[in-house]
Amino acid sequence: MIVTRLVPLAATLTALLLALVAAGCGDEKSETSSAPPVTNIAMTPELTAAVDDYREYVADQADDLVQRTTEFAEAVKNDDIDEAKRLFAYARAPFETIEPVAGSFGDLDPRIDSRENDAVEEQDWTGFHRIEKALWVDGSTDGMDEVADTLVDDVKELQTQAKTVELTPVDMAAGATDLLGEVSKGKITGEEDRYSHTDLYDFQANVDGSKQVFVLLKPILEQNNPQLADEISQEFDDVYAALGDYKRGDGYVSYTELTDADTKKLSQSIDALAEPLSQLAANLQS
Amino acid sequence: MSITRKRFLVGAGLVGGGIAVGGVRGLLAADEAGADDGTGHIAFHGTHQAGILTPQQDRLHFAAFDLTTSNVKEVRDLMRAWTEAAAAMTAGALVGSDTWQPTAPPDDTGEALGLLPNRLTITFGFGPSLFRADGEDRFGLARRMPPALKPLPDLPGDEIDRAISHGDLCVQACSDDPQAAFHAVRNLARIARGVAVLRWSQLGFGRTSSTSQNQQTPRNLMGFKDGTNNITAEESDAVHRKHVWADSGDGADWMHDGSYMVTRRIRMLIEVWDRASLADQEQTIGRLKASGAPIGGSGEHDDPDFKAKDDKGMPLIPDAAHVRIASPDNNRGIRMLRRGYSFTDGFDDQLGQLDAGLFFIAYQRNPHKQFVPVQRRLGANDQLNEYIVHRSSGLFAVPPGIPDRPGRFIGDSLLN
Repeated sequence: MIVTRLVPLAATLTALLLALVAAGCGDEKSETSSAPPVTNIAMTPELTAAVDDYREYVADQADDLVQRTTEFAEAVKNDDIDEAKRLFAYARAPFETIEPVAGSFGDLDPRIDSRENDAVEEQDWTGFHRIEKALWVDGSTDGMDEVADTLVDDVKELQTQAKTVELTPVDMAAGATDLLGEVSKGKITGEEDRYSHTDLYDFQANVDGSKQVFVLLKPILEQNNPQLADEISQEFDDVYAALGDYKRGDGYVSYTELTDADTKKLSQSIDALAEPLSQLAANLQS
Repeated sequence: MSITRKRFLVGAGLVGGGIAVGGVRGLLAADEAGADDGTGHIAFHGTHQAGILTPQQDRLHFAAFDLTTSNVKEVRDLMRAWTEAAAAMTAGALVGSDTWQPTAPPDDTGEALGLLPNRLTITFGFGPSLFRADGEDRFGLARRMPPALKPLPDLPGDEIDRAISHGDLCVQACSDDPQAAFHAVRNLARIARGVAVLRWSQLGFGRTSSTSQNQQTPRNLMGFKDGTNNITAEESDAVHRKHVWADSGDGADWMHDGSYMVTRRIRMLIEVWDRASLADQEQTIGRLKASGAPIGGSGEHDDPDFKAKDDKGMPLIPDAAHVRIASPDNNRGIRMLRRGYSFTDGFDDQLGQLDAGLFFIAYQRNPHKQFVPVQRRLGANDQLNEYIVHRSSGLFAVPPGIPDRPGRFIGDSLLN
């Protein structure tokens, strides 16, 4: 962040001088502009291509989500608890990579991903975490057939909507930061997967989704602010390195194995990445 | 469309709406720079860093940081960026650009908008681990480590929790407005991301010392007046040079006009204290609770008479009384500039008690000749130890101040 902040500071001094000039004209009251926020930026062929590529990525993830969730649902309906547990984090991952996009589809996100306390009524609680509780807490799939079928229907609906989603480069960039916000809020606290403790799988999926946005926009950022591009690349590497300490086999250690020192380190590495990444949207135009 | 907005369009080529927020406030600050005319601007630049001899403000936000970089250039860039941000915030200006764009988070977090700085000072320090940690010369600075910054030894009675102690860098933000102090630490932590992380932090809600003769002596949470004999701004430069300011002859040229800060989070067992009789409390401290006068004296500023005896021939101020053991008279004239704060972190869930006490801050020329010998005696003999526990400890070299010149930054005498 350091370098990227020095430039605006110099700009502030200029602003102060100009403000003094304005004050000399007796015009200081007009310093506070009320221009409406404008978040659209002029599209270029490069930006259009990045958005198209990202839409393709989202669609691919949604396809994976349907396929994996179907496998997971089969295991649940076959009452194969061990297999269902094994597939839980794997099935969810493609949802976690595109969560901000999924969140824009009405109530699909809560239907697929709400936690027990998010649901208004117990009988309305559906989705991955409802089944997670059955598998890890109840040790039984009783009553889960219908929930599993509904989950498959819901991810299929997501798959359909993903094909036509409207996206702008600013949405993409904001989504990349939002995914890291998801990590800070839910995964690093162990709140997301409170029964299975597979939070680090979701952690990686969120970071993967964020990284994908960055990779697609990076050539544009390198033109406009190469220093910021380098900084973000370096911080992504650092996050993956920090996360790598907790890899076990194909997956990750249980969240319950993390100490306070572990979660602090992971959390601070996410903060170090998210801070420069939050400047991405404002640096997409030359 | 404002002037600042126009400047931004020209300067950065942004197409989109920017909102200029800082113009009027920036103007105020510019007009008032260099003078505290009641709007609460304390000059950031000077021979010494502000926040030491500055008449002590009411609120504290202290933060210690650990560097996550191994590149000394990044440390230099951080100090440069921190210096610029601190100069802006203490002047009541915004951090970074005052033109906010819809697509980016504002450079300044905004909660100090419309607030005066309320005598905000931001003081920076370097911990021993910046120079050497686990025997490693991390940044090539080990040979420049001042002798006075040698880590503090274990002291009698210490129960130090490392997790809330020490640190590579520290920031002491003081203001009469808690939000101004919080805003300072928050924004500095944000600027540091990717280079340094917060290690621990402490809020203080009320000063427990006076560093000016124009200030009333405040009471600490034991209900006693504290810091009656503190070093004050009005004392002579010779006094300050003898007790507070480091000298180039002390073994580190770059620290000339700097100082050394010791911090101690002293938890008070206030439930236990509150059960002690008035006589016990007064004999523990060696002062009268209501007036602040030393036992046997009548006014707060009376010199304690350590030779006075009661009618049974016992010392009027007991041998183990805090004021006796801490007094310069009984420590070969050792003095420190204390700048402590009362704190509470709410509730101690383990003990079911209020978590409160004194966050001790003292500035001095050499902690090993000032804080350490005094604390060694206090830790071993002070009657007050029945009611307090030192849980956090910090030692920091506070580099000299800098003139308001381009290119200068706090710590440049070390890092350049």
